[in-house]
Amino acid sequence: MKKWSYIGLFCLFSILPSLSFPVSAQQKNIILATTTSTQDSGLLDVLIPSFAKKTGYFVKTIAVGSGQSMAMGQRGEADVLLVHSPDAEKKIVAEGYGINRRIVMHNDYIIAGPKEDRAKIKGIKLASEAFKKLALANALFLSRGDNSGTHAKEKSIWKTTGVNPEEGKWYQQTGLGMGQTLNVAAEKKGYTLADRGTYLALKKNFGLDILVEGDAILLNIYHVIEVNPAKWPKVNSAGAKAFADFVVSKETQDLIKTFGVDKFGSPLFFPDAGKKEEELGR
Amino acid sequence: MDLILEGIKKAFWLLITLDPEVMEITFLSLQISGTATLISLLIGVSTGTLIALSMFPGKKIVASLVNTGMGLPPVVVGLFVTIFLWRNGPLGFLGILYTPTAMILAQAVIATPIVMGITLAAIQHLPQKLRLQILALGATRFQMVWILVKEAKLPLLAGVMAGFGGVISEVGASIMVGGNIKGYSRVLTTATVMETSRGNFDIAIALGIILLVLAFSINFIITQIQQRERPR
Repeated sequence: MKKWSYIGLFCLFSILPSLSFPVSAQQKNIILATTTSTQDSGLLDVLIPSFAKKTGYFVKTIAVGSGQSMAMGQRGEADVLLVHSPDAEKKIVAEGYGINRRIVMHNDYIIAGPKEDRAKIKGIKLASEAFKKLALANALFLSRGDNSGTHAKEKSIWKTTGVNPEEGKWYQQTGLGMGQTLNVAAEKKGYTLADRGTYLALKKNFGLDILVEGDAILLNIYHVIEVNPAKWPKVNSAGAKAFADFVVSKETQDLIKTFGVDKFGSPLFFPDAGKKEEELGR
Repeated sequence: MDLILEGIKKAFWLLITLDPEVMEITFLSLQISGTATLISLLIGVSTGTLIALSMFPGKKIVASLVNTGMGLPPVVVGLFVTIFLWRNGPLGFLGILYTPTAMILAQAVIATPIVMGITLAAIQHLPQKLRLQILALGATRFQMVWILVKEAKLPLLAGVMAGFGGVISEVGASIMVGGNIKGYSRVLTTATVMETSRGNFDIAIALGIILLVLAFSINFIITQIQQRERPR
């Protein structure tokens, strides 16, 4: 036993340092900061390998909320952003940290809640009406609370209702990603605002229903933004441009169009490259 | 309950079929945490022994700092390592953020105080007279230190296990400095977090089981070595 354990340990430790990690030349790396929905829905698992094969770039995907993605862009710690928080996006472009903001795709947000629907919001056309009713009924609402694109959208809807939800005990912030927040909502039989892509991808796990959908305010638009190399010289601008061009290319847009159809019966995202933001949702 | 059974089934399936992605993730976990433990051993044992054997003013403060470091929260380490390694940070020129190397660095920072603290306690616990006796027998200073370290082997191996166990199971720092990049810096813990948020609970449970089996196997090997030396 003694001999074998020594040999085992020796083998283990002696192979470790000799192994070299895959090293790729610095200029062939790009850092993509993106939202959790693109990763949790599995879309990036389809897009990134195709991009890598085509261009040889190694993409380091950092899937955080849109808020953190843009903070990384603003600090020059990412090369390209794929995000869905239009107001914040316009701001960083106006401040000169982001350039070439281009529309990529959209899907929509839905208000999900328990089947029993205690607050009786099912079928309400306007999201703000539904939110008001939730507040009146003191129905448990789970907010992302993480400055993500979804959180920003939720706050903008609350604003239209004139209710300040943070005052209520029925309003709870998870501080987690979309997938986990949906799980918390399902577990506690609460309501939440979710993007349809993540909802569909996780639907099999919980008993949450779509209660409100189709309001124009619930449109969820994704843009790609390159980080401005004039602000941050270390940014890999060639790689960023290559990725941005790739996601709006015809081929990728076709991939997006069909992504998820086989698994969920309907697409998770709708390609929009070349369209204007104002044209959507009409 | 069904879910847990489903997860166990999935774990067996992934292991039996040698699922390439799971194998890669498992191997990378071992590689990163093993290397980090190795680094923490080199620094922790040498510095810990040095502190234990030398007399200097403020020794108690240093020892307290080391002992506090044993409970260093991984997310705090992750945060600081990230800020230092940012392109525009003090160590940005290295260009290693979001690489396995950065993960080794962060994990070594977490494990080193653990190994150092246990070494410190182990060496100090040896009888004071042992040192004098070894020196009286004509050993050089270096030989003396070596014999002391060998004498303290039992607790030192416990230190190795504590350090390795601390980093292989750690997720906060790894996800921050490694980025959980598929096929590159995704390890068992970060993959478990991601699969959970994707709602793939069966795979998440399977990864968790693989992690436990891995940790058990390593500790079993080290314990074999340790217990062989048990004083009779």
